[in-house]
Amino acid sequence: MDFVPFVLTVITASTPLLLAATGELVTERSGVLNLGVEGMMLVGAIAAFAAASATGSAILGVLAGAIAGIATATIFGFLTLTMLANQVATGLALTIFGIGFSALIGASFVGFALDPLPKLNIAGLSGVPVLGAIFFGQDALVYLSFGMLSAVAWVLTRTRLGLILKAVGESHDSAHALGHPVILIRYGAVLFGGAMSGLAGAYLSLAYTPLWAENMSAGRGWIALALVVFATWRPGRLLFGAYMFGAITILQLHAQGWGVVIPSQFMSMLPYLATVLVLVLISSDRIRIRLNAPQCIGKVFHPAQ
Amino acid sequence: MDEAVVPILTLNEVTKAFPGVVANDSIDIRVMPGQIHALLGENGAGKSTLVQILYGMLRPDAGTVFWNGHPVKIYGPAEARNLGIGMVFQHFSLFEAMTVLENVALALNEERDMAKIRKRVIEVSHGYGLPLDPDRYVHSLSVGERQRIEIVRCLLQDPKLLILDEPTSVLTPQETEKLFKTLRKLASEGCAILYISHKLREVKTLCETATILRAGRVVANCDPREETAQSLAELMIGQRISSTSRAARENSGGDRIRVTNLSMKPEDEFGIALDDISLTVKRGEVLGVAGVAGNGQKELMAAMSGEARPMEQPDAIWFDGVPVAALGPAARRALGAVFVPEERNGHSAVRDMTLSENAFLTAARRMKLMIRGLMCRSSIRKFAGDVVSRFDVRTTGVTAQAGSLSGGNLQKFIVGREILQDPGIMVISQPTWGVDAGAAVTIRQALLNLAHRGCAILLISQDLDEIFEVCDRIVVIAKGRVSGAREIESVSVDEVGLLMGGFGVVEVNTGMVARRAHDD
Amino acid sequence: MIRLEPRGEVSRIWPLLTPLIAILLTLASGVAIFSAMGKDPGLALYTYFVQPVSTIYGVTELLVKAAPLVLIGMGLAIGFRANVWNIGAEGQFTIGAIFGGGFAIAFHDSDSILLLPGILFLGVLGGMVWGAIPAYLRTRFNANEILTSLMLTYVSILLLNYLVHGPWRDPGGFNFPESRIFSASAMMPTLIADSRLHLGFVFALLAILVGWLLLNRSVIGFQLRVVGQAPAAARHAGFSQNKLIWYSFLLSGGLAGLAGVAEVAGTIGQLLPTISPGYGFTAIIVAFLGRLNPFGVLLGGLVMALSYLGGEIAQIEIGLPAAVTGLFQGILLFFLLGCDALTHNRIKFSIAGRFVRI
Repeated sequence: MDFVPFVLTVITASTPLLLAATGELVTERSGVLNLGVEGMMLVGAIAAFAAASATGSAILGVLAGAIAGIATATIFGFLTLTMLANQVATGLALTIFGIGFSALIGASFVGFALDPLPKLNIAGLSGVPVLGAIFFGQDALVYLSFGMLSAVAWVLTRTRLGLILKAVGESHDSAHALGHPVILIRYGAVLFGGAMSGLAGAYLSLAYTPLWAENMSAGRGWIALALVVFATWRPGRLLFGAYMFGAITILQLHAQGWGVVIPSQFMSMLPYLATVLVLVLISSDRIRIRLNAPQCIGKVFHPAQ
Repeated sequence: MDEAVVPILTLNEVTKAFPGVVANDSIDIRVMPGQIHALLGENGAGKSTLVQILYGMLRPDAGTVFWNGHPVKIYGPAEARNLGIGMVFQHFSLFEAMTVLENVALALNEERDMAKIRKRVIEVSHGYGLPLDPDRYVHSLSVGERQRIEIVRCLLQDPKLLILDEPTSVLTPQETEKLFKTLRKLASEGCAILYISHKLREVKTLCETATILRAGRVVANCDPREETAQSLAELMIGQRISSTSRAARENSGGDRIRVTNLSMKPEDEFGIALDDISLTVKRGEVLGVAGVAGNGQKELMAAMSGEARPMEQPDAIWFDGVPVAALGPAARRALGAVFVPEERNGHSAVRDMTLSENAFLTAARRMKLMIRGLMCRSSIRKFAGDVVSRFDVRTTGVTAQAGSLSGGNLQKFIVGREILQDPGIMVISQPTWGVDAGAAVTIRQALLNLAHRGCAILLISQDLDEIFEVCDRIVVIAKGRVSGAREIESVSVDEVGLLMGGFGVVEVNTGMVARRAHDD
Repeated sequence: MIRLEPRGEVSRIWPLLTPLIAILLTLASGVAIFSAMGKDPGLALYTYFVQPVSTIYGVTELLVKAAPLVLIGMGLAIGFRANVWNIGAEGQFTIGAIFGGGFAIAFHDSDSILLLPGILFLGVLGGMVWGAIPAYLRTRFNANEILTSLMLTYVSILLLNYLVHGPWRDPGGFNFPESRIFSASAMMPTLIADSRLHLGFVFALLAILVGWLLLNRSVIGFQLRVVGQAPAAARHAGFSQNKLIWYSFLLSGGLAGLAGVAEVAGTIGQLLPTISPGYGFTAIIVAFLGRLNPFGVLLGGLVMALSYLGGEIAQIEIGLPAAVTGLFQGILLFFLLGCDALTHNRIKFSIAGRFVRI
């Protein structure tokens, strides 16, 4: 198989993972565990697809995906941050809700097809052999995924906002005692996570496979969650992880074309088994987890009134 | 000068209620500029609530706060800092995985330039004799150094009023003296200091005026230098507290607890490693382990109870002649040992479970409260009832949830639960931490009686008064190491204090000489 | 602005009321959703929630669907009490069906009375094996059990898909991806003539009784509750957290495996690519709806079974998409979690700085 098409497909497989995981990384750094990524992705995917097919505008579709992600994340934020509900249970509820809601809305869109998200031609260089298509000929969401990851890395390491965000995730009691608005910061982080998951969903239904299918995220939201752990909550490693998973997904798709005789179902298991494997590898290093994990993750913050 | 007459802070009938309790009831306080003002009260008297109101973390239900004579509403810590109020918390508001510099920056309202903050941290910390390295991670610092961060980040904002909540509970007597010097220097520069404590000696040494709180109300204003410790205690507690009595006992029996060359890495990456610890406790003896918080007490407690196990050193710990280092808590209990860790909520007791269930938690086997894997509910109720009645636990009954009890009553229940199991060995940490004076006396007396019956007790405590009251011998723990044992009669508070600061380091101690409580 | 403050005394009535309130609020949302979809809400609600149980046969069908939900929900409730988050019950259900179903296929010409016990045993074993993997990875490698158990669910469904497309495909089945139909001796006896209600529901009732005994009277149940509420206290008392994680996973995995094998050897009668409408995930809601309490799980299982049954009938009669059921389930869980907050807290609304307490 040719190198360039292979890299191009790896990029399309990796982008939704990178988008969603970048959002979840920010959410988790603020001390909130949102297990509803899968649900938010699906709602984002159907919203984007519906908006794009209704208006014919890809940009409106992408926007609709992000807004739908934010809307579902708002439900999660309200329940966990204002109503102090258990984050694990609420995240699961969000996923169940997202699957049902997207399937209901999507029922009337099954079988429709859209034109895929347009590829850009940056500086007119997409025609340059080999590198052109890879570096200058992607769609806007691919560039956005890199842009957002860099922005998150910069905010976390270089800005006061990032410092406060990390402080809130590290010890919400201390942050509260110093007067930082714990709940507000967390709402921001949760909604950012929702927007990014919504964008990841939009990418699935507008670019990856430009059509709607029930449950089309197929566990990518959960893989994104595992990627955040794999990256030990650091943006740089997240990029590596997302592209590694993208490559595994594409490899298993192409395996049969290369004459591998393993049944397709076993090849399809690879991303899930790889997720388990990386979780095991990274989690057994307890010291690294202890030093990098936000200490308040999953804990309910309940200031005295 | 007219301005000097205006109090920097005035509270007028400040009231704050929580469900079920009025924490502050019409509190009036006036603090003058440059004054070191004590806020004295028992655990639960309402000091912390009041402080949180002043720092904007709680809103009063009624009453007015005046700042420089003007009524103010303090809507949050940032606003309190803008007014010029600095706060040193009892439970530090620090971020362990961050550097000193980041911790300071997070507490500043205006300054954003890290280079400038770094420069000022170095300046101020050295200017006040509180040296700090801005690039160290907090988890690598001692508790005393952590407190310096809290103080330095207040000082960076030129406070007009500095509030310190029980600051000396984490300091050695020598460090305490250094802190007092810093505070006096600050006061001489015009900064008012509100000093919250329940330690009478400190208040008498440091403060020129005191407001005494009891059960949420101001019961007296006085000059502590003119009062005796006894009169202050009576004002604070409201009744005469009987003291413990100690029957003569012979410590002639053999060693019931023997620890030899115990070294252990901490389970928690931010914890303290135990380093070559050796000690023995004889039959009928109480051995005190003194030391400043965060020097390995938690880790020592875990090693003794079996929650952490030095697997590669099976001979490091012996109970009654049996090597137990490799055994878990249940197996050690089966040998007649009981344990009371320092944290009540969620460690020695489960808040949302009933007293009966909490009794079952550690007494199931020894008190035969289970049959063939099932809980024996009538025996459990009876045992829990015994604990409640014999240890004067004030509660609505054994079906009350542990979380509904006051700290003192819950601690009496926990200690009672262990003592009624008739142990041969007890390891207990901070038994009277956060407990009211009456319950503290009950608990200490129960420990003395238990030792009299032949139990060997290892008492880990940061409260030197408690150690001198209850123990026969004393060791000091510092940075995970333990000093040689000394007879309690042959050692002074000063010597213990020097050991607490780390062995081999002799610090010059000038000024105040801390004295033993019952010498007063 | 809304704030919560803790109630001084936790009311005993609230925990029982919240599921009812949540159900009512979900029904109210149902009215809104049906109206938005242009359906008559009254008719839709009737079709969804009343019509399914208006006949005896309907009631037996309700119990058929409730059985797997109750079995799985009971196991999950015990694990959740201990803060062990087994999200992969769907996978354990599937592997249970594969183990038991494989046995039935291997001995399809046997009429031994030991065949059915063997099938059931293997089903339970399969669920336990699949539950043991996340338990091992958690206790040995500290890997998050939520993610591993969920990933294994995808793996198990792909495995079933492979088997019915490949080696276990019915040789006389015109190439449909289905296994051969189980022999009569491999099937569980029905309880009521002319219905599909089988022994699985009796297992579910037994599981409830045993679960109640376990949680409320046994020492191991006490240990599970302590480790869930206060892990440090469990360590202090000498309970092994690893042992309890293993226990939770083997128990919930075994019950999910039993539910899976009972579904194929009781309701379906063969292996298909899809054998569950998401019972393993819905059982999570059952466990929460039942307050992690055994008898609550029974009621929760019946409510959620009704939502499946109603969903099927509404799809046929008034053309509602099947996805409505999933949507209802998600909304119900949202309301439940929201109402739960009121169990332990009271709401404080602040309007221009003044507080109004409810």
